[in-house]
Amino acid sequence: MEGDLAHIGAGLAAIGSGAAAIGVGNVAGNFLAGALRNPSAAASQTATLFIGIAFAEALGIFSFLVALLLMFAV
Amino acid sequence: MASDASAAEGSSLVFHPMDQFIVKPLFGDGAIAWYTPTNVTLWLALSIVAIIALLVLGTSKRAVVPTRTQSIAELAYGFIYKMLEDICGKEGVKYFPYVMTLFMFIVSANFLGLLPMSFTTTSHFAVTAVLALAVFLTVTVLGFVKNGAAFLGLFWVGSAPLALRPILAIIELISYFVRPVSHSIRLAGNVMAGHAVIKVFAGFAAIGAIAPVSIAAITAMYGLEILVAFIQAYVFTILTCVYLKDALHPSH
Amino acid sequence: MATETKDFVSSCIDAGGSAVGMPQLCGEWMGNQIFWLVVTLVVIFLILSRVALPRIGAILAERQGTITNDIAAAEDLKAKAVEAEELYNKALADARAEAQRIAAEARAEIQVGLDEAIAKADAEIAAKTAESEKAIADIRAGALDSIKVVATDTAGEIVTALGGAADEAGVAKAVQARVKG
Repeated sequence: MEGDLAHIGAGLAAIGSGAAAIGVGNVAGNFLAGALRNPSAAASQTATLFIGIAFAEALGIFSFLVALLLMFAV
Repeated sequence: MASDASAAEGSSLVFHPMDQFIVKPLFGDGAIAWYTPTNVTLWLALSIVAIIALLVLGTSKRAVVPTRTQSIAELAYGFIYKMLEDICGKEGVKYFPYVMTLFMFIVSANFLGLLPMSFTTTSHFAVTAVLALAVFLTVTVLGFVKNGAAFLGLFWVGSAPLALRPILAIIELISYFVRPVSHSIRLAGNVMAGHAVIKVFAGFAAIGAIAPVSIAAITAMYGLEILVAFIQAYVFTILTCVYLKDALHPSH
Repeated sequence: MATETKDFVSSCIDAGGSAVGMPQLCGEWMGNQIFWLVVTLVVIFLILSRVALPRIGAILAERQGTITNDIAAAEDLKAKAVEAEELYNKALADARAEAQRIAAEARAEIQVGLDEAIAKADAEIAAKTAESEKAIADIRAGALDSIKVVATDTAGEIVTALGGAADEAGVAKAVQARVKG
């Protein structure tokens, strides 16, 4: 029974991955919108773009990690 | 690729997506002590070989007009050098071999891990945690050696209202200590997730009707993984540069 | 992947060779991974900092140097070409000036010679004119004398022929008066 609950918890934690996807999409979309307005400044900001994506994605990875822990380690 | 070890259990759909991450001794099957040569050792050694092949053998001709391998090596050099210089400024350039070591190791290990039947060293938290802790300790020690107590100014946000500053200091402190955690888990999590998902899709291929879908999905995931392999190495390196900048210029 | 049932001496692997839980969280293996990772990183660091990076840096610097040198050499050649063109133009201008100078000199020389010749010719002409005038004057004087003689003789003869006695002195006096008038 506990194992079943853990699986449900893992599934719930996986929602976090979708939330992270929204976050990454937001970052990339806003970057693109800004880059199209001012293409000359876009190249200098790609590093910031990747840092932003990395931070947004890290949180999704955390939820994925929680899911994995629930699946395999609990 | 699908695990067939438990096929005898009766269920046709068996997933063992984590089996690819098992550490095995290379010779015999004894216990794994800290010095035992394992598949980790093998794939770490292969990443050294790959780096030597690219950066040392590829540039052995020292051609002014570069060959293909040499121009890749020069590209990697220029890429990391420019990144470091852009973010940390001129003072950061002397840490270039350190940053380049991290980048070359992660990128070669990630790409070697994409070979079928290979072992991905960067998918283990033990490995990435060592990398991230190395960066964390370097940055902290360097920050205190270079700036002394002024390095603590990193946590004291001078531009915020005075009442908010203690709260911000606590938040900054927490985020500072979470850095190595997120730094390591991001890399290992991304790599592990991709590989595990590929394994799960491979497990679905056991059902005849959805096998083509499964194979198409594996192909798509593999393409994404190639992207992720590079981007995660890039992100790890760029965050290392950003943290190094904090140590060199702690005032925001 | 492990098809045979191996007797793994590990709590992280079950009898079938599959992972128990996450292999990443198996503490038994971490020491091994960390040890080999540190060895790997040290090796990579040494290779990069001793061999690879100085070499690539040298290659890039050399290429930069070659490019800079080539550009400098090209600029040098261009400057030389400009200089040569200037020299050529200068030489052309010099030659033209020289030619004009020589022409002017020749003209002046010719002028001098011409003037001399004209002066000489003028002098000669003047001398000749004077001589001629003298000769004419002589001739004229001679002619007057001859005419006096002839006239005196003729007048004496006429006077004789007319039956008069020719007074030579009177005749000469009369002729003299006539010729003068």
